[in-house]
Amino acid sequence: MLKDITLGQYFPGHSVIHRLDPRTKLIMLVVYIVALFLAKTWVSYALMLAFLVWVIQISTIPPKAIVRGMKPLVMILLFTGILNLFFSQDGRVLVHFWIITVTTGGVSRAAMMMARILMLITGSFLLTYTTSPIALTDGLESLMGPLKKLKVPVHELAMMMCIALRFIPTLIEETDKIMSAQKARGADFENGSLMDRAKALIPILVPLFISAFRRADELATAMECRCYQGGEGRTKMKQLHYHRNDFFAFGIGGAVVLAVVVLGQFGL
Amino acid sequence: MEPILEIKNLSYIYSIGTPFEHKALDNISFAVHRGEFIGIIGHTGSGKSTLMQQLNGLLKPTSGTVLLEGKDIWSDKQLTRQARFRVGLVFQYPEYQLFEETVYRDIAFGPKNMGLSAEEIDRRVREAAGFVGLTAEQLEVSPFDLSGGQKRRVAIAGVIAMEPEVLILDEPTAGLDPIGRAEILGNIESYRRAKNATIMMVSHSMEDVARLTDRLLVLNGSKLAMDGTPAEVFTHAEELVDMGLSIPEVTQVFLHLRKLGLDVENVYTIGQAVAALKKIRGGAAHA
Repeated sequence: MLKDITLGQYFPGHSVIHRLDPRTKLIMLVVYIVALFLAKTWVSYALMLAFLVWVIQISTIPPKAIVRGMKPLVMILLFTGILNLFFSQDGRVLVHFWIITVTTGGVSRAAMMMARILMLITGSFLLTYTTSPIALTDGLESLMGPLKKLKVPVHELAMMMCIALRFIPTLIEETDKIMSAQKARGADFENGSLMDRAKALIPILVPLFISAFRRADELATAMECRCYQGGEGRTKMKQLHYHRNDFFAFGIGGAVVLAVVVLGQFGL
Repeated sequence: MEPILEIKNLSYIYSIGTPFEHKALDNISFAVHRGEFIGIIGHTGSGKSTLMQQLNGLLKPTSGTVLLEGKDIWSDKQLTRQARFRVGLVFQYPEYQLFEETVYRDIAFGPKNMGLSAEEIDRRVREAAGFVGLTAEQLEVSPFDLSGGQKRRVAIAGVIAMEPEVLILDEPTAGLDPIGRAEILGNIESYRRAKNATIMMVSHSMEDVARLTDRLLVLNGSKLAMDGTPAEVFTHAEELVDMGLSIPEVTQVFLHLRKLGLDVENVYTIGQAVAALKKIRGGAAHA
């Protein structure tokens, strides 16, 4: 059951999107998010949606996988929607009950906010679905390179992130194993009060923490055995290079932002 | 005699309906009787671990049934829960599941979940500790202060304390030194004798299964390839090697002796080998 969580998991493939430089994809994600927040009208939202659908299509990621990844976020989405429903009091009153007033403006605002979050998350998913964690941290490290001048330990941060990402599936598998073992001893995670269920987590969390620390320890030893030293003077096996497609991507991204800005000028 | 466990046409498919779909068990049927010591052998990925988790209701079969004393363990919720207690399962490297503050409390986790009385829990914890050779003082220390081999014993005791009628162990001796291995195997055997329990043990040591078990199940590519006594199974040496398995070293030696023209029977334990060799020498002396 735990294996069903696909939040930000890499989906191997060979599409154009997969082959883009990770830095391009990271920059494009930022550009995409900026464009999303610049978009204020339904026309510009439609443009963004069309762009998103097009990218999903050429990325060959099955839409099902994206929908599955959304499931844990349904609550946040609903919460945002309901909150925004009462935020705006413009337009025609639809429902008026006690102190609650729902207007057309509120409905449209709620729908827009939900659409924005949905598109934001889908966009970020696309990045992690099409980029392996290693490529992603490589890209991040390269983009944050200038911060080294400010004594920010860029390489170490990238390494930490890389290790953290690397261990997510391992820990999920481990949790699965420990859960099965405790279930075999009659542990019950599904029934009982909230308090009972919280208590039932102890037999999972204690072994999980211990094993996480043990793994960290083993990894640290293994790294030291290979004289790992960090950033200074370290070369990379895979050097990052921009290719023709990366420049196309920048062009398209720029065009989308421009289009949204222009549409905004015309009040669309 | 009615079998304690009966598996009928069991199939199991992982992640059904996703790109990761994978058939782990394919139409497996066999019956298990009280007091049997069964070895399960098979190459990595042959479905051993999946099969074990079917037997106590941790995984639900995609098709087929698991009968515990004639009753389908999935026919109602209560029976599934009962199956967890009556069929005890010790996973690989079970020492990584310990979590309590003292050894005593960790062993008591299973019996407590069964809803037993305090006296009964106490009796079971002490008895289980006895089976695996833990002393009364060790019951009061933190399991994390023990050595690897001792932790393993605590974990096995945690399952034995539920007094399962069928005890299933996945490579209980993996990663232990020879003395630790012999002791754990001895503990398991003494539990079987004391309770007339059925033992099912997954093992990669052909010597261990040859010496201890009275029946072998051989899994290969999600299917049950062989089911018979060690003597029967180990006569199929070539097929076993094709499956990525082997036969005990002493059996290999004797098969070779036969090829060289020596008239010896098939053996699969050291004891039998000694007896067979003595017989030859005795025969030669007479001639």
